[in-house]
Amino acid sequence: MRKSLAWMMGAGSFLGLASSTLANGWNMPVGVTDVSREIYSLHMTIFWICVVIGIVVFGVMFYSLFRYRRSRGAKSANFHENTSVEVVWTAIPLLILVGMALPATATLKRMYDPSEAELDVMVTGQQWRWHYEYLGEDVSFTSSLSTPRSQVNGEEEKDENYLLDVDEPLVLPVGRKVRFLMTSDDVIHSWWVPDLAVKQDSIPGFVNENWVRIEEPGIYRGQCAELCGKDHAFMPIVVRAVEADEFDTWLAERQEAAAAEASGVDREWGMDELMERGEQVYGSICATCHQPDGSGAEPTFPALAGNEALLNDLDRHIDVVLNGVSGTPMAAYRGNLNPVELAAVITYERNAWGNESGDAVQPSEIQALLE
Amino acid sequence: MASNLPPKPTLEHSTAASGGLAHEHHERPRGIWRWLLTTNHKEIGTLYLVFSLVMFFIGGIFALVVRAELFQPGLQLVQPEFFNQMTTMHGLIMVFGAVMPSFVGLANWMVPLQVGAPDMALPRLNNFSFWLLPVAFTLLLSTLLMPGGGPDFGWTFYAPLSTTYAPPSTTFFILSLHMAGISSILGAINIIATILNLRAPGMRLMDMPLFVWTWLITAFLLIAVMPILAGVITMMLMDINFGTSFFNAAGGGDPVLFQHLFWFFGHPEVYIMILPAFGIVSAIIPTFARKPLFGYASMVYATASIAILSFLVWAHHMFVVGLPLVAELFFMFTTMLIAIPTGVKVFNWIATLFRGSITFETAMLFALSFVVLFTIGGFSGLMLAIAPADFQYHDTYFVVAHFHYVLVPGAIFAVMAGVYYWLPKWTGHYPDERLGRWHFWMSVIGVNLTFFPMHFSGLAGMPRRIPDYALQFADFNMVSSVGAFMFGVSQLLFVWGVIKCVRGGEKAPAKAWEGAEDLEWSVPSPAPLHTFETPPEFTPITH
Ligand SMILES: [Cu+2]
Repeated sequence: MRKSLAWMMGAGSFLGLASSTLANGWNMPVGVTDVSREIYSLHMTIFWICVVIGIVVFGVMFYSLFRYRRSRGAKSANFHENTSVEVVWTAIPLLILVGMALPATATLKRMYDPSEAELDVMVTGQQWRWHYEYLGEDVSFTSSLSTPRSQVNGEEEKDENYLLDVDEPLVLPVGRKVRFLMTSDDVIHSWWVPDLAVKQDSIPGFVNENWVRIEEPGIYRGQCAELCGKDHAFMPIVVRAVEADEFDTWLAERQEAAAAEASGVDREWGMDELMERGEQVYGSICATCHQPDGSGAEPTFPALAGNEALLNDLDRHIDVVLNGVSGTPMAAYRGNLNPVELAAVITYERNAWGNESGDAVQPSEIQALLE
Repeated sequence: MASNLPPKPTLEHSTAASGGLAHEHHERPRGIWRWLLTTNHKEIGTLYLVFSLVMFFIGGIFALVVRAELFQPGLQLVQPEFFNQMTTMHGLIMVFGAVMPSFVGLANWMVPLQVGAPDMALPRLNNFSFWLLPVAFTLLLSTLLMPGGGPDFGWTFYAPLSTTYAPPSTTFFILSLHMAGISSILGAINIIATILNLRAPGMRLMDMPLFVWTWLITAFLLIAVMPILAGVITMMLMDINFGTSFFNAAGGGDPVLFQHLFWFFGHPEVYIMILPAFGIVSAIIPTFARKPLFGYASMVYATASIAILSFLVWAHHMFVVGLPLVAELFFMFTTMLIAIPTGVKVFNWIATLFRGSITFETAMLFALSFVVLFTIGGFSGLMLAIAPADFQYHDTYFVVAHFHYVLVPGAIFAVMAGVYYWLPKWTGHYPDERLGRWHFWMSVIGVNLTFFPMHFSGLAGMPRRIPDYALQFADFNMVSSVGAFMFGVSQLLFVWGVIKCVRGGEKAPAKAWEGAEDLEWSVPSPAPLHTFETPPEFTPITH
């Protein structure tokens, strides 16, 4: 077992070298973790096994097609079985498969060991963005596509990272083992970054585990891999891997900012600040379904502009945003947004696009409801 | 290559006994009623084949909408909502409307002729199973016009995207799938009854042509798994309309349960779409190599082992849903095992070619390209079986490349090979070889241009089912789109060739191909409406 693993690693690294010219957007990336390199060499090993089998099998086939053409005067033989040949071509593939299964099993065992992680990150898929929470660190944020729609619609030239840019990348330390806990607020998504060889479904009601130990600082990009509705193509992932001390500094800054925001809950907010903050939150969270102008997309996503039922009933509006509507795509946002963000976005929805309720919902009111 | 085909058998020396007299028993209804009320296996076979051809074009047009949008990055032609409906409907129509009914059509025509039966065992049921299909698929297609659009959650319709988050038309989608499922189950029962009860005296199971064998096994698979599909869509129906929470996590349900159930149906379903293809190719290669099929018995055992293994591999579609390690290992090993019986089949076909006397009629060209391209799909399947690597392959265009290789130049090429092979029996005329060769080469080039680059775009990181993509995937997608349009247009040559053959052409004798040995070649060409009214003499051919 250990011998075959060593052989495989040797062969894998040789093949890796031999095919490095291929790895420019034609092949699986080698990646920047131990696991990603092991997966890459498994991939190249099985690939070359297939190539060799293919050359032998198709070689015999095309030889026969050429050599035994009727137009060359071939007379057909009449044999139709040969036990020893049949035993051989059953046994040889079996041996190859066993040889392949051993290293694959070893790699899989490593991938399934998230123990001794130094940092836990909760990854929550939402239609159509990712929410990251650094567990126990009081830092969390939402990461959405930042490529402007004008590039999608061809009104503006597409830039280099078209569809692969986000407003807030996930920042991770290099050299530390990071455990991911994956879940979802709505449908099934799948968090995938090829360079990290992490792909894991995020499923409502489940928490899946995966882990990574990144070896090189850099920007690593990926996408949601499981069809999750209309904007499945528009929920990319960007990981910014930085040196461990730089990460610690970044985390401390984020913790301070979070604390400052939390203290804002108690004060009285003016209409203008609420509207300004609310527009920002609405744009990154709500606009994909309810549209930037609040017109919605019937029948699934109701219009908010001129929605009398909501405008006449403030309590219901707050309830819908905080707790969602079961049986519909409307998710509960009480866990994803802080009281300031919730108050601001509700205020914004009640006073934008010609809605004129005049209500200014205070963060402190929301805070009280959340407790 | 095929320009100097051998002389075809002439009418004079085709004096093989006809299985029965082609006289009419009674007044037959005419026009539309003839087709609505027919219980004749040949007419119903024709209905199935025409229906699947129509569905093939509708599903093909949906695929071309997808490929046109993906021709370059950005959104040009359709919005994501409609794009998702197109990918979903393309998959559903091709799987349930084109590939499966085309095999049932071939079974209707050929199984009674190959076992020496006068008709299917249950002719009225046969009529009913067919006519369910146009109703089911009209309903399915009509969902595209309903408010909120048609199914947009992929042909695998994972919950809760297909329940809580689905458009209102989903209830109709469920109803249409129920009807298609009932049709399949009834068709399967009929095929089993025919094969087990109506074989010519003296024909043992191990004397049956492989097309009959593969269909017998396929029919058992259908009966085993279509009820699972019916169960899972019924659970969806309850979740959507009656407030249950089978798949709704908020109500204590389990979205992963959906996937286990779906793939317990879905993986055998994959083999339902390929086993009859093995049977067709196993008829054509010996005919045009003029040499008995190598390893008949091992072909039967390989087919049966693939069918049994197909119940033990379903979770290889779910390697990244968070299965426990032991489950990953179990499903990886069982999946790798499938390579062995599949390999045996490919080796047997090649051993049949070895030391044969080979000619390259259109049917043979399609059968040979099936062997090569299906094997390529098998190789990528073996790669996908390696669970750790699947963490990178899963849900990318690599998977799209894989299953299109086994389905298009796999299943569909085999159906086309079968059509070119049996057209002389159906119409009494040989198909136009020149036209057939054009169709073949255009299809083969088109198919590879379309699907080969998808291996690269997938490995480079392109997820499947996206209407827009990052710039590094642009070149591959452009090539795929060009290939798809080439493949699509070349299918018009197929239709032209078939129509031309129905209307006339070189007359074919009873035994249309010199190397063909099975019972269907003992009845006149075209096969009269009623054949084998008295059971034929059957002398086993050396298998
Ligand atoms: Cu997603």
